[in-house]
Amino acid sequence: MPENANIEQISFLGLAKQNLRKLSMFIMLGLILLVFAVLTNGVNLTPRNITNIFIQNSYILILAVGMVLVIIIGNIDLSVGSVVAFSGALSAMLYNTGIGLIPTLLLSLLIGAAIGVFQGFWIAFVGIPAFITTLAGMLFFRGLTYIITNVSPISLRDDGFKKIASGSLNIPGFTIGSMDGLSIVVMVIAVVLLVFFTLHRRRKEISNGFSVLPLRYTILKVASLSALIIFVFLRFAAYRGIPTVGLVLFIVTAIFVFLTNNTVIGRYIYAVGGNAKSAKLSGINSEQVVFITHIIMGVLCGLSGVVFTAYMNSALPQAGNQFEMDAIASCYIGGAAASGGIGTIIGAITGGLVMGVINNGMSLMNIGADWQYVVKASILLLAVFYDIWSRRKSGLG
Amino acid sequence: MSNDEYILEVKNLTKDFPGVRALDSVDFKVRRGEIHCLVGENGAGKSTLMNVVSGVLPRSEYEGVVVFKGKETNYRSTRDSEQDGLSIIHQELTLSPYLSIYENIFLGHMKTRFGIIDWDTCLKDSYPLLKRVGLREPPQTIVSKMSVGKQQLVEIARAISRNAELLIFDEPTSSLNDEESENLLNLIREFKKEGITCIMISHKLDEVLAVADSITILRDGLSVASYDLTKAPVSQQQIIKGMVGRELKNLFPKKEPDIGDVVFEVKGWTVHHPDYHDMKIVDDASFFVRKGEIISFCGPMGAGRTELMMSIFGNSYGYGASGEIHLHNKRVTFKNPKDAIEQGVGYVSEDRKSLGLILIQDVKTNITNSSLPKLSKRGILNKNLMRNKAEEYKESLQIKTPSLEQLVRNLSGGNQQKVVLSRSLLADPDIFIVDEPTRGIDVGAKYEIYSILNDMVKQGKSVIVVSSELAEAISMSDRIYVMNEGKIKGVLDRSEATQERIMHMALVD
Repeated sequence: MPENANIEQISFLGLAKQNLRKLSMFIMLGLILLVFAVLTNGVNLTPRNITNIFIQNSYILILAVGMVLVIIIGNIDLSVGSVVAFSGALSAMLYNTGIGLIPTLLLSLLIGAAIGVFQGFWIAFVGIPAFITTLAGMLFFRGLTYIITNVSPISLRDDGFKKIASGSLNIPGFTIGSMDGLSIVVMVIAVVLLVFFTLHRRRKEISNGFSVLPLRYTILKVASLSALIIFVFLRFAAYRGIPTVGLVLFIVTAIFVFLTNNTVIGRYIYAVGGNAKSAKLSGINSEQVVFITHIIMGVLCGLSGVVFTAYMNSALPQAGNQFEMDAIASCYIGGAAASGGIGTIIGAITGGLVMGVINNGMSLMNIGADWQYVVKASILLLAVFYDIWSRRKSGLG
Repeated sequence: MSNDEYILEVKNLTKDFPGVRALDSVDFKVRRGEIHCLVGENGAGKSTLMNVVSGVLPRSEYEGVVVFKGKETNYRSTRDSEQDGLSIIHQELTLSPYLSIYENIFLGHMKTRFGIIDWDTCLKDSYPLLKRVGLREPPQTIVSKMSVGKQQLVEIARAISRNAELLIFDEPTSSLNDEESENLLNLIREFKKEGITCIMISHKLDEVLAVADSITILRDGLSVASYDLTKAPVSQQQIIKGMVGRELKNLFPKKEPDIGDVVFEVKGWTVHHPDYHDMKIVDDASFFVRKGEIISFCGPMGAGRTELMMSIFGNSYGYGASGEIHLHNKRVTFKNPKDAIEQGVGYVSEDRKSLGLILIQDVKTNITNSSLPKLSKRGILNKNLMRNKAEEYKESLQIKTPSLEQLVRNLSGGNQQKVVLSRSLLADPDIFIVDEPTRGIDVGAKYEIYSILNDMVKQGKSVIVVSSELAEAISMSDRIYVMNEGKIKGVLDRSEATQERIMHMALVD
């Protein structure tokens, strides 16, 4: 480390205070996990259940990633549930023709994209508010789903499709102790990469003369993230290995975290959401940005449709009912602002997991859907209340 | 207890915002029945002080004592202070745009009978109020259809309808033309005769000296000086010295023109109102600018200057624009702002809050927003480069901010303006259009903005300034185009331009 390294002098408490807002949703997720661990005598932390939480919520989490982008540009998409049903039904029909899994997946994404183009056109270029366009889309694609399915479930020709949702990634016979070997290997690689890249980036920032936090906080951050990775992967390893859907989710999250932070289009999405008029005068083609965002949402609806069909092992005409509400709630719990311009992918994922963990915990306790709704609603209100309150306190809004 | 002489006393007031101390043990006293002017650079804490006094910032958010009419105040919101007889007229108008004049006047304290609004009484009561402020429109007029100056009069009528004893004007003339400003100052003098105390925040020192009985100067959150003009006169130089903490000899930097060939020319430009398509807002405007030249567009409010520039800048305003644009002797068209920026034209809006900046984003992001394609490779951003560029402009334009990660909403007006300028400069325009670049900005920052524009033309670029301050236009520009009612009425050389000639050209010829 060079002599003149620009290290911020800050106490642990000061740092925690500064980042409390950012960390609050993770803390909330952790607390909720702990509460249910006590209430269910630890059942919710068993390897099987942790795996299940990922599988059962994957399709909502995928939608939440797209939805948060839509919310950041200041729009909303009410049609996602119906689009999931429609693309899910089409994917089942495509698969049943025997074209194979990968072509089915790609075609489903394409169908989602086409729907995104259709809705994005009305929103971005014609100027119909997203709320109205997607309300129409919600009815339109639900209707089309009923028409193409004759309002009856479509079963799949074989079990190949199912693997997307409930399958696991593992190499037969490769075990370490009684654990799945691949999970352990991936876990080790992930932790090593995390440590390496964090230190690498810190060194680069120092050499660029940017101010950085003292090393001990960097270590603390890496240690807690590593602990999280190790916890999740050990659970996977003790059950059936890494769920396929976990990989899908990881890829989607990684792509969109990168997109929002490191690409031009990502920054444009935030700029248009922050102030569309100013963005336009800054030379950003706002309409095009809105259009692209809705196409992304469409593609992710297509993916979510495939995953949900796989999860149910058949395409249901009433699939995806109220998914839009869960996806929207995930974004707001994860700190997105209804007025646009503010929100993160990781936040939306965390928000989705908060709801998923509550659903799952209450199901384990044999509490019915009636109370689940009440509790979920309360959490949504509380989370957004905290967000607004802390923002006002720190003078942000 | 305080004595009766002062209607308002502020003692030892301190207010912190995250990362910034806005006010630092400020003392401020206003005598009953006087006109007290509050001056200071942007970010000196004037608006914050008034927000504390009027209850916009509740009691729990500051340290210190505010005594109004001999009682320590404990306002939770402006509603409390209004009941107490203290009203503030904000820089940004707070009327409800789609309601009528009299509905706006009585909004929040309607005349009711058994809980039902008595509109007839409201309407009747609004006539004398409008007469007092000198507004001749019928009270049923929808406020959004009136000019800003008239809307401000409605705002004032609203304040006096609540029997205000102390009126606070936050930069009341910043968006008014000369005539409207003069009327407003007269109105304030009238109020004084009626025994209403007025506090006026202003950047325009000639106005301040024309009306003030007392002047208090704030600098960097400190109250640095108070003058009682009834006892001894104060000069403009003294005030400026107090505001900036140093003697400012020249209000305008010296410019050595080095003018080349015509680089940008607009011929026969016409644009119509966005809603009323047969109404011409700009009518057959032609002008040109040469390399290394600063030209200004002067004229009264509503002359069509902003509309002309925005319409040229990629059809950002109006309907059915027609005319020719020639850039470097080639005919060009700008489909949208993106197109214009890519071809080397930059535009900085007069309305930096709603059209210029993205307030919820940080300084770095705002500076880089126009230039992301240049700061990236195949769509992937080069974050180090972004940071370095932002840092470079922060240094060269001397943007005062704790860090590049500070949200621009927390910066003062002058620094916000520098952020917008940085954004445009980073996109490296040859033709730089700046619309009211110094509106609502203090003397020191103005000088810096003028220097930035001078630096640009020194580098061989061309600058087009839209300005409502004639002194600024005359001192800064090589040629002045005078506009009114959508037409270019004429052009004056720097040597022949005087304020009188410009006004004459705009209004008479």
